[in-house]
Amino acid sequence: MVKWPNKWMELPIGGVINVPATSVDVKTGTWRSHRPVVNLDKCIKCLMCWVSCPDNSIIRLDDDYVDVDYYHCKGCGICANVCPTDAIDMVEEGGI
Amino acid sequence: MANFIRRLNEIPREELFASGHGLCAGCGIPPMVKIALKAVDGPKTVVNATGCLEVATTLYPNTAWRVPWVHNAFENAAATASGIEAALRALKRKRGWKDYKIIVFGGDGGTFDIGLQSLSGALERGHKFIYVCYDNEAYMNTGIQRSGATPIGAATTTSPAGRVIPGKPENKKNLLDIVLAHRVPYAATLNSAYPIDMWNKFAKASEYLDKGIGPIFFHYYSPCPVGWRMDSALSIEVARLAVQTRIWPLYEVEEGKIKINVMVRRPKPIEEYLKLQGRFRHLLKPENRHILEKIKEYVELNWNRLIRLSQLDSIY
Amino acid sequence: MSITVRQIRTGLNGDEAVAYAVKHANVDVISAYPITPQTIIVERLSEFVYNGELDAEFIPVESEHSALSAALGASLAGARVFTATASQGLALMYEILYITSSLRAPVVMALGNRAFSAPINIHCSHDDAYAARDAGWIQFFAETVQEAYDLTLIAYRVSEDRDVLLPSIINLDGFILTHSVEPLNIFADSEEVSRFLPERKPVNPIDPDNPITYGPLALPDYYMEIKRQQAEAIYSSKPIINRVFEEYKEFSGRRYSPLKTLYIDDAETIFVLLGSTAGTIRHMVRKWRRENKRVGVVSLTLYRPFPEEELIEAIKDAKNIVVMDRSFSYGSPGGQLFMDVSSTLLKYGLSPRILNVIYGLGGRDFTPDLAEKALHLVVETDEKIVWLGVRG
Ligand SMILES: Cc1ncc(C[n+]2csc(CCOP(=O)(O)OP(=O)(O)O)c2C)c(N)n1
Ligand code: SF4
Ligand code: SF4
Repeated sequence: MVKWPNKWMELPIGGVINVPATSVDVKTGTWRSHRPVVNLDKCIKCLMCWVSCPDNSIIRLDDDYVDVDYYHCKGCGICANVCPTDAIDMVEEGGI
Repeated sequence: MANFIRRLNEIPREELFASGHGLCAGCGIPPMVKIALKAVDGPKTVVNATGCLEVATTLYPNTAWRVPWVHNAFENAAATASGIEAALRALKRKRGWKDYKIIVFGGDGGTFDIGLQSLSGALERGHKFIYVCYDNEAYMNTGIQRSGATPIGAATTTSPAGRVIPGKPENKKNLLDIVLAHRVPYAATLNSAYPIDMWNKFAKASEYLDKGIGPIFFHYYSPCPVGWRMDSALSIEVARLAVQTRIWPLYEVEEGKIKINVMVRRPKPIEEYLKLQGRFRHLLKPENRHILEKIKEYVELNWNRLIRLSQLDSIY
Repeated sequence: MSITVRQIRTGLNGDEAVAYAVKHANVDVISAYPITPQTIIVERLSEFVYNGELDAEFIPVESEHSALSAALGASLAGARVFTATASQGLALMYEILYITSSLRAPVVMALGNRAFSAPINIHCSHDDAYAARDAGWIQFFAETVQEAYDLTLIAYRVSEDRDVLLPSIINLDGFILTHSVEPLNIFADSEEVSRFLPERKPVNPIDPDNPITYGPLALPDYYMEIKRQQAEAIYSSKPIINRVFEEYKEFSGRRYSPLKTLYIDDAETIFVLLGSTAGTIRHMVRKWRRENKRVGVVSLTLYRPFPEEELIEAIKDAKNIVVMDRSFSYGSPGGQLFMDVSSTLLKYGLSPRILNVIYGLGGRDFTPDLAEKALHLVVETDEKIVWLGVRG
């Protein structure tokens, strides 16, 4: 977690953000109404969900199976839609 | 040899575009950006025109970028990149600075309309960079106003599906034709449903830049669930349909030689594409049949022209 | 330490003098678009680059908007950058003026002061300089060709100073200065000049090994802090400007200061103005002194940051102040310099009689007769704003 200065004289000059990827701390997972759930039995490791996810929220494991980063996943449903074997289900949040 | 791929598992894992950005759920922009930053190898810098990508990825103090990223204004991304490129040339020569590649991202508003002059100037001067227009077919960041890239019949907030005028009356501008009039060495269309094709085009662009050849221009089909009024899950599906209906031909142009990357022999009915999107729904009503016919005519005309041109050794 | 450097006595016009200064500053990137009366600068620089006399990239942009956009990109990349424009060109750059200063890019620009359209006119007004006054750029006014040369070199030192990092404008009165040939001293080459102006050491340039996000979106939770910092930056450039003036005197033998004054000590009436007309007023002041009239003159070499303390020090004892504006701020209480001077006086609790003279628009001559008239009006009448030299 990057601690950003608070006072005007302490901010980096020119309004720049001088630390890369500070956005990773932002919990976009709260946007979600449905969560993707992966059924690894059906996964053929095609990685189409992984390249298509707008939020880098499909985690590509070492063996190329996939998992979900629920901290960032916005629940758009693209991963479930592109999966050729229907290995991903969109499940309503708080449903189960 | 360039780092061409045949399977998605050849793409490296490490992302240069981070999570936590504020682009809408299902936005079509990130799948392209992620690939661009990885397939263009070596050190690089991004220049971004004002628009959704810029606004949603750099809400101070949260940036989604792991590469240097420069935003100047709306209409001047190409000019800004020209300056960076010229500076780099001077600094390499005079002070031995290290090289890096420059990738520019601009929306259709920032490229087709307000930024067209800046783009044309930069292309004419021959700066060595890759310019990607992510085309979501309207000014999305300001709330879905029509642009020169909005297709005929589409409803936007400044071309609503009115009782008298049902959506945008004018056809989409052919941007790639304008770009090709500058005789750029390499240009292509991109589509997120064809990630391997997209990767290989960026990889080829990267190789061109390595040889000191540019500028390179890409026109990316960028689905926008919010602006197109469709289910966010359909982002990639609609992109695939755009290719399979011949609405969005996938092709590349190298030194004037056109190559069609996805030959669509039996196109799907255009209605299949239109019916997924709220912006087109009014066109399926009987009273708007004439517009539907116009769209079909236009798509066919464009496709046939592309086929004819692709038979030439070079269109330059 | 006093260095005597070799200098060459020559004759140049104002534009050429700026071009030589830019060459001697060994800039890396020039990005500019032609517009009278600045065009000669761009032409000379193109010759220097195309003849191999200056190792720089010349970007022949397709507009002034792109000229400054490219200059900003190049400056962020770490290059020493130059651009030049005038009037309509500045108006086209306007959007990027603010972005350049806000991103703290030390771009240096020459402005061949010219009237804004309409009617279209190529001659001198200070419309363009004033249009940039709120944009966060340091602004100098040259009064002679020598000053145009010197202030260009000075501007690079100031702008690129790590405690400043702001862009600078050098104003030259269109035609009066840009196109008239005057004798001046210039240095032999950029190597000599590098002793005063070494190569740029950029702070946080674009560097893939240190990825920085330049120009993000900042909303109500941070925007104001960023602007507060920028406001402080231009105020605190003043002591640095004074230090650079001092160093330049050591280097060149020529002395600069935020103001130039003549006969102010016991003056009852003081003229305050910008640009080349100061020469005319100085000539008149000498004449008036021979007639035992207690008149003095202050001309501003530094316009932004506004040299408040120096100005107050110079005019505090005067009964009458004539503020001369070569422009007008339509619908305002007066001309732009008039508003600057009036509010400064008020800020320091002073309330002399002030007359605002509007003169010289679109290149109209300001004659000695008009100066006499101004003096008469300030002493004998209570007119507040007068347009001098206008028919009717
Ligand atoms: C000179 C200027 N005019 C207008 C705007 C307002 N504006 C900001 S983004 C935008 C639309 C951007 O549209 P596009 O380029 O298609 O990108 P998108 O928002 O769709 O990503 C507009 C009109 C601006 N920022 N600057
Ligand atoms: S639902 Fe959307 S955001 Fe979540 S993992 Fe799937 S594609 Fe990514
Ligand atoms: S409005 Fe459209 S283009 Fe913009 S972030 Fe949302 S989905 Fe993406």
